[in-house]
Amino acid sequence: MLQSLVPLLVDGLANAALIFFVAVGLTLVFSVLRILNVAHGSFYSIGAYAAASIGLWIVSSGFSPYLTFPALLLSAALVAALFGPLVERTLVRWTYGKSEAVQILVTFGLFLILEDLQRMVFGVQSLYEDTPMALLGITEIGGIVYLNYQLLLIGLAAVVIIGLRLLIRHTRHGKFLAAVVADREVSQTLGIDTNRVFIMAFALGVFLAALGGALATPTSGVAPGLGAETVVLAFAVAAIGGLGQIEGAAIAAVIVGLARVLAIYYAPALDAVAPYLVMLVVLLIRPYGLFGSVTTRRI
Amino acid sequence: MPLLLLLAGLAVMAVLPLAVPWLQFTLTIALAKGLAALGVAVLLRAGLISIGHAMFFAIGAYATAFLMRDLAVTDFATLIVASTLISALSGLLFGAFLVRYRAIFFAMLNLAVSMVLFSLLAKLYGVTGGTDGIRVATPSVFGMALARPVFADVLYYGGLLLAGLVGFAVHRYLKSPLGAALSAIHTNEVRLEYLGVSAWSVLLVAYTLSATLAGLGGAIAAMAIGHVVPEFAFWTESGHIVLVAVLGGIGGVVGPFAGSIFLEVVQTLAVGFAADAWNLIIGLALIGVIFFLPRGLYGLMETRRRTSP
Repeated sequence: MLQSLVPLLVDGLANAALIFFVAVGLTLVFSVLRILNVAHGSFYSIGAYAAASIGLWIVSSGFSPYLTFPALLLSAALVAALFGPLVERTLVRWTYGKSEAVQILVTFGLFLILEDLQRMVFGVQSLYEDTPMALLGITEIGGIVYLNYQLLLIGLAAVVIIGLRLLIRHTRHGKFLAAVVADREVSQTLGIDTNRVFIMAFALGVFLAALGGALATPTSGVAPGLGAETVVLAFAVAAIGGLGQIEGAAIAAVIVGLARVLAIYYAPALDAVAPYLVMLVVLLIRPYGLFGSVTTRRI
Repeated sequence: MPLLLLLAGLAVMAVLPLAVPWLQFTLTIALAKGLAALGVAVLLRAGLISIGHAMFFAIGAYATAFLMRDLAVTDFATLIVASTLISALSGLLFGAFLVRYRAIFFAMLNLAVSMVLFSLLAKLYGVTGGTDGIRVATPSVFGMALARPVFADVLYYGGLLLAGLVGFAVHRYLKSPLGAALSAIHTNEVRLEYLGVSAWSVLLVAYTLSATLAGLGGAIAAMAIGHVVPEFAFWTESGHIVLVAVLGGIGGVVGPFAGSIFLEVVQTLAVGFAADAWNLIIGLALIGVIFFLPRGLYGLMETRRRTSP
């Protein structure tokens, strides 16, 4: 039994890695801007579409297929540069300090707009581009075959966690970020340009979502409706870990990934339910998530 | 005054399908979604936003489908009453847990519950028909088996009557102390508690009411469409219900219905040339309404009335 569980485990962790990229972006944006961005999943699917389109173009133009690896990163960076500052400055900025209902509705409006824009730009066909996965090949350990690409995903997720930690603890801009999270007004009086911090944090969030999408294309492709599916999963992971908790999101992603694997193994009908069941149970017991520190006002 | 508006609206709605017959189906669906939007509007008055309310719409719809398929209930009135009761009970049950939370936690928990329901509806193929859903046959009315077009008339005018009655009841509820307490929770919950009013019970009543309304809408929609699918419970549907309520305005009972009828009719008219851009249009409309018309379409009429003495 253990023999057959290990590949599932790797599969689960690779899935967890992908969803972690999106969820950590969501949680980062929430902690700095205090906004729950319903349109966050759209950046995931736009990143996926961009990566698949660029990848297909590289392959069809006869360039070296190895160029598809930097293309994954490049497409995420492009999406972040295009949408990050634009969306933050034009839409999200207006919702600061407004009620949660307004923030959720405005970003839901943005989600609807982006859904149709994707359909207009990329069509309704699903795109599939698996050159990066095919190039990396497989590894055989103890008679079990692993996709090297999945191992790469798990490694990249670890890099992102460590990178974010280093950014926040040890760089000037990261410290600004942490200061704004801790106390927006005081950091403003100390001369931190909060507007710039907001743009930076939002763009970083978009980048992480788009990166998740780009990295997901070689394994699962991209089709319409992907953004809507992804954002609820990201909500679940971010909420389980505690909104605003970076390490929390990582642990929550692993929990959700493993829950799905166990569900697939023991109760296949329940694999899609597993993340939301975990979310429900965790939120009912600890509404602020496993690692959250903000207490809700309860009377 | 709002009651006059409600009556005028009902009169227009009653005559409209006679003049434009092909609009009848659209208007039936608009009524069903309007009921759900009214439910969401009740909660929005207390400042609570639920991005999971489509689950009660789905519960009402699936209750109708299950009652017909498994219990062989075919009577129109029985189906409506039973499905609405089932939604009300689920609202009471979930509400007892959920109304303890506020703000983002309330929104997220509703989302979690609705996504659990959605996944179960989509995955438990043996019980729910999976993503194919369940077919809903044409119900009988007081023992008479009716042809589809005749039943569509019954459903529309029955739904209209129900919407009128329910609208009146919710109007009275919002004017009552229990309803006024909702706005009080929005402005200052602690003060309300000091006055000896339990916020939990006020909200539980509101939550159960909103689930009942959404369930009634779901039952009507199931009969009108003749089919139920898991997508009824998907989170984007919940988002749309809130969108309808906000677009119409949550200031009065008429607002959500106005928003729903406006959206459904415009969508039907625009399907020829704007089908690909429909989400884009309503997304822009939603953002526009939030920034420039915070009281919704209904607020337009309201402010005009106020300025003219």
